[in-house]
Order: sequence, then structure tokens, then C-alpha cells
Amino acid sequence: MTCAPKMLKSLALLPAFLLILTACSPTPQDGSIADPLENLNRKSHALNKSADRAFFRPASRAYGAVTPEPVRRSLSNVAAHLNEPRSFVNHLAQGDIDDAGHTFIRFAVNTTVGLFGLFDPAAGDFGLEKRGSGFGDTLAVWGAGEGAYLELPLFGPSNERDAIGRIVDIATNPLSVVAEDGPELAAATSFPSVLNSRYELGENVDGILYDSADSYAQLRLFYTENRRFQLSGQASAENAFDPYENLYEEVYEGLYDELDF
Amino acid sequence: MSLISEPTRRRLLQTGLAATLVAGAAPAFALNEAEARRLIDSAVGDINKAINSGKTGSALYRDFETIFKRYADVPTIARSVLGPPARSASKAQMRAFTGAFTSYLARKYGKRFRDFKGSEIKVTGARKVKRFQEVRATAKLRGQAPFNVAFMVSDRSGRDKFFDLLIEGISLLKAERSEVGAMLDRAGGNIDRLVEDLKRRG
Repeated sequence: MTCAPKMLKSLALLPAFLLILTACSPTPQDGSIADPLENLNRKSHALNKSADRAFFRPASRAYGAVTPEPVRRSLSNVAAHLNEPRSFVNHLAQGDIDDAGHTFIRFAVNTTVGLFGLFDPAAGDFGLEKRGSGFGDTLAVWGAGEGAYLELPLFGPSNERDAIGRIVDIATNPLSVVAEDGPELAAATSFPSVLNSRYELGENVDGILYDSADSYAQLRLFYTENRRFQLSGQASAENAFDPYENLYEEVYEGLYDELDF
Repeated sequence: MSLISEPTRRRLLQTGLAATLVAGAAPAFALNEAEARRLIDSAVGDINKAINSGKTGSALYRDFETIFKRYADVPTIARSVLGPPARSASKAQMRAFTGAFTSYLARKYGKRFRDFKGSEIKVTGARKVKRFQEVRATAKLRGQAPFNVAFMVSDRSGRDKFFDLLIEGISLLKAERSEVGAMLDRAGGNIDRLVEDLKRRG
């Protein structure tokens, strides 16, 4: 909170301030989540919920009802396909030759057999499922901690590292090297892709946003734990909460009372 | 404990404290990988049967409730999610809370497991982490990267049971500790009102 939160409200300056914030928000090592901007984040969560209720949820339902499933899937396929060059570059930057090769072949198969990404035969017939990556992942591999948790207006849950990753992803799209109109096409297909995800995950998203006792805290936990899991795999169990240890603590407390220590 | 001929309350407590301290200093791993894996193999078998049974709604959730009661350390999970208020709660309140919480879990996670319909969850391995065993499993859905599910297993309740379930790294125990904490705040710390709230949720 020492980093001028008032100025943060000026969204136009967000990228610059994220960089400054990173310098002052250490990542906790004990598996907890650093959330020094909780007050601000909760405001942005309320805004996101209103935006979902007023627009994204009804729009995604209308989109799902009106647009046939194969069309929705193809538009989402194209949006995902146009992200593959970015994934490829980031896998390389992480030194992950395996995933880079996997992504390269996927892109080649789906560009040709999949008719410029309208279909995804790579995942179906070739067993090459999507292995997306972005600059947030690369920063993590390079050793950057996640920093403070952030819920960004309209973009949703993130953290300092991933927010910077997202900005770099948008600013340096390697797609322009592959296809001249690529970035425009990516922008045009990303919107229906977002609506399609909201439509297909409808019940799960509704469950988190509208059925939770504290939807902000649930979303924060889900995003952070899932992100740590994606990045570290097995290590996530190391931070598991051990209820037995903590029950023992309660026993100790009871004993101290009892024995009058 | 049978070694103590005249078990006074104080001596029992002191022995218990000493035993706990010793156990804490040099944890004995009674539960091994194979035993933990056997438990989860069996649990996953029952989960697969339930999600592919064609049952829906309350019939499916009843199956999940049975699975939770059989394989999960429900009393420990319930105590843990309630936190310190569990200490001052009456026995009747704890019983009501544990019952309502179990049904709530079955409904909520029954819905999540329903997404794995048509796939088979498979146990892939087990390993020791700190004082418990982590048993990992995957659910493969066509054209997608496999979903990861992990069960945290311990025998510290006296039986082999799982005390947490992680889907794609997201812990049920942590999520419910946060949720039940928020519900209890809303109920003004009143456990009876919390139980009524739980019955409506999930």
C-alpha cells in the first residue's frame, strides 16, 4: 500500500505502475497469497461481476443459443490458432524445446489440414493437444515471483507478474511475422472466443461468481492455486494445508489451558 | 494407554502431550505409498462408477455423499473448515454441521466431477509429502490436456482416509475453509444459522 494506490486508479497508467509495484511486493514462500491491494481488487471484482451480470452472461447465452456449435468452435479454434506463434516463441524463451516443437507441429497441421485453424485436427487425430504459453509463464521460468494478487477490471484475476506478461503478450505479438493480417484477425476472433468460453463454462463460472459466500476470495484462491500448479506441477502438494497439524495445535492450546502453563 | 494403571485425567493429558511431541519430532510413516494408492484406486473406482452411471441430480449426489463418507476423513475436514469455533461448539452442533457440510460437499463436487463424464479417472502414482501421501490421478477428455486430480491421504485419524482433494491444483480444503469462514461471518458466528445456510448451498 506504500506504492501510491490512488494513482493506480488511473487505468491508463496501469502498466507503468505494475512495474513499480513488482519492485515492492515480495511473493510469499509459505503458500499464502499476497493481497495488499485487496480493497482496490474487491472494487474491481464488483465491477467485473456487474459487467458479467449486465453483459457477458446474457451475451454469451444469446451467442450460444443463436450460433451453431460447429461455428462457435471454429471461431474459437481460429482465435486459439492465432495464439500458437506466441506460445511457440515463449516455449523457446523458456528453453522448452519439447513444447516448442509440439506447438510448431500443431500450428503446421492446423494451418494446413485444419484449414488455417478453423479446425483442430492436431488435437483430435494427432494427439497434439494445445500447450499454450505466454510471457507470464516465461517470466516465471526466468525466476520472477508472482507478486501481489490483482483483479484487473474486465480482464479478471491476475497478479503482478502475469499482468506484465499479458501486456507484453499484447504489445509484442509474433503473429505479425507469420501473417500480415494476423493481429487484426486475432482481435476479431478473440471476442466470440471469450463469449464461447463463458457459455461453455457457464455453470462453473456462475457457481464461483454467484453461488459463493465470498466470490472474490474463491476466485483469488482458484486463480492463484491453479496458476502455481500449472507452473510448478507437483510442488503444489507441498503447500497443502495439513488439518492434523493444526488439530494438534488446538490440542496443545487445550493442554496449556488444562495444565495451567 | 493400557499401560497406565490409574489413568488420571492429568497423567493422560501429559502422556498424550509427550507422545505428540515425540511423534512431531520423529514422524513415523505408518502409511506407505502402496496403501495410500490402494485407498484411492478404490475411491476412484467408485467415482468412475458414479459419474458414468447415468444418474443425475440428487441420486448422483447421494452416491457422492456415500463416497465421501467412505473414503474421506469427513470429521477432520469439517472441524478444519469450521476453525476455532469448532472448539466451543456443542456436540449436537458439530453433528449437525458435519452432516450438512457433507451433503453440501457431495452436491458441489458431484457437479464438478460430472464434467468428467465419459472419461475414466486413472490413478497415476503416489509419493510421500511431509507427513502424508499424495496420490495423483488424471481424467483424460478427448482433444484436451488431461485434468489432474490429487488426493492427500493420511492415517492420522486412525484409518486411511483422504483429507483433501486438488483438482488442477485447487484445494477443496482451502476453498471450503475460506467459504465456510465467510458463511460463518455472515451468520454472525452463529453455527445453527451456518448449518441452515449450508443446507441451501452447493
